[in-house]
Amino acid sequence: MQTLIHVAYLLASALFIFGLRQLAQVKTARRGNLMAATAMLIAIIAALIDLGTIDYAYIIVGMLIGALIGGLFAVKVAMTAMPQMVAIFNGMGGGASALVAFAYFFDGVVVQQPGTTSVAAVLGGDVALTTGLSILIGGVTFTGSWVAFAKLQEIISGKPTLFAGQHLLNLMIFVATTAVGIYACFFANTPETLVSSMSLLALGALLLGILLVIPIGGADMPVVISLLNSYSGIAAAMTGFVLQNNLLIISGSLVGASGLILTRIMCKAMNRSLANVLFGGFGAEQTAMAGSREYENIKETGAEESAMLMEAASNVIVVPGYGLAVAQAQHIVQEMAELLEGKGCQVRYAIHPVAGRMPGHMNVLLAEANVPYDRLVEMDQINSEFKNSDVTLIVGANDVVNPAAIKDKASPIYGMPILNVHESQTVIVIKRSLSPGFAGIKNELFEYPNTLMLFGDAKKVLMTMVEELKNL
Amino acid sequence: MLSPLMIGLYIFILAVFVGFEVITKVPPTLHTPLMSGANAISGITIVGALYCARVSEPKLANILGMLAVIFAMINVVGGFLVTDRMLKMFRKKK
Repeated sequence: MQTLIHVAYLLASALFIFGLRQLAQVKTARRGNLMAATAMLIAIIAALIDLGTIDYAYIIVGMLIGALIGGLFAVKVAMTAMPQMVAIFNGMGGGASALVAFAYFFDGVVVQQPGTTSVAAVLGGDVALTTGLSILIGGVTFTGSWVAFAKLQEIISGKPTLFAGQHLLNLMIFVATTAVGIYACFFANTPETLVSSMSLLALGALLLGILLVIPIGGADMPVVISLLNSYSGIAAAMTGFVLQNNLLIISGSLVGASGLILTRIMCKAMNRSLANVLFGGFGAEQTAMAGSREYENIKETGAEESAMLMEAASNVIVVPGYGLAVAQAQHIVQEMAELLEGKGCQVRYAIHPVAGRMPGHMNVLLAEANVPYDRLVEMDQINSEFKNSDVTLIVGANDVVNPAAIKDKASPIYGMPILNVHESQTVIVIKRSLSPGFAGIKNELFEYPNTLMLFGDAKKVLMTMVEELKNL
Repeated sequence: MLSPLMIGLYIFILAVFVGFEVITKVPPTLHTPLMSGANAISGITIVGALYCARVSEPKLANILGMLAVIFAMINVVGGFLVTDRMLKMFRKKK
């Protein structure tokens, strides 16, 4: 029987890997997700069989409550709120791993061996170590994710929360938590000291999660979510070490690797090092210099004139930013694109890696608005195409189209990869005002001779343009 | 014989490499579904949670186990469902 259980776990591991592989292509992605879900089902059934005839009350209640909450979230969530939801789910995964490790410790050491033995003596040094790590990483993931959620949902300010001596305080809490953890896993040997020190470790981890995420600005949340995603996987892998379950180790490390890759991609797209994101408090110091530079030689245009320019174009590139999604203007943009395509114009969307609030977010938002995915072109592919573009329409994007990033060595965003929109024949920027973007700096593009500013609410402006295009 | 920790470490390292190989191939278009899908997979910790919740006595370990089952189940069910919801929307030009 034991062998069969292990074969089932092995099968689930293979299916997870295969499912992720299928996720690498749009055509097979849905099947890949289904495959991973099947793997999960196999693993759960195998675990239940392994448990034998037991008292299922808690398991059934827990599974029903969890499935209900998770399912409800999944069906109800708006696509714009996807980053928040992924943050919460990350937190749940991390929290669950920490809880499992704590429960395993409590049952295996305090309840089963109530005497004068340490965790290391009962479970072995390796299990003791991974128990501590699982509680630490899981705890940090849990509260860190809630703070990320609160920032994204704007329950708390997206601005970095900074105070004097913050890094020193964090370091001290980290050292203290680690010390308590080592004591709890290797030296505590009475039920009282065991429970109190292990609880302190958990509390320290929860506190660290909060303190590590509050200094990070809202614009950096894509990096934080990716990193927390990675943590939730590593926490699961650590729990796998505790339970000596290879399925958990494999799946956990797959997720850990996935999160790390996405973290790296996001950092590169923002031209920041991970250390800079985690400790920099970016956005706090730069805002100060925002108002210091005024715009000159701005050329304005109206919706009617823009529509005429578009009508005459044979090659149009749309650059969507998060502002587009906030204005709920995805559908109207696509309506405009379809009108233009009907007139024989080629319309494509240029997607910057940090266009949304999490990796690939903009693609999902546009897919929801029925934009065919083959019209979405990544930065590296489209950058050489801007010089052939008659009209480039920028909606709700700012810093990612600022030529200062390649031309002005003194600019704080110098070196950040941008979309080379300034190379197009005409650039139309739809924007409410000349206010700066996340980085809080002036956008040189607005002063370029080939740039036209179209002030107003994105949705309203686009609706007028669509009306005009229909009449032309 | 290798200790379970060493075997676990071998598996861990190899799985990390497999993860890097497989995930580097995912195009940016699919990064959000990838993350929510991977997220659901990290709910695998439910297997551990089930072992902890196997006795329904109002004792600390069992209650923690049930809580872990709830958390992990939110992660698993929500994660896979929302990934499917997103992937359903991706379509080519008709």
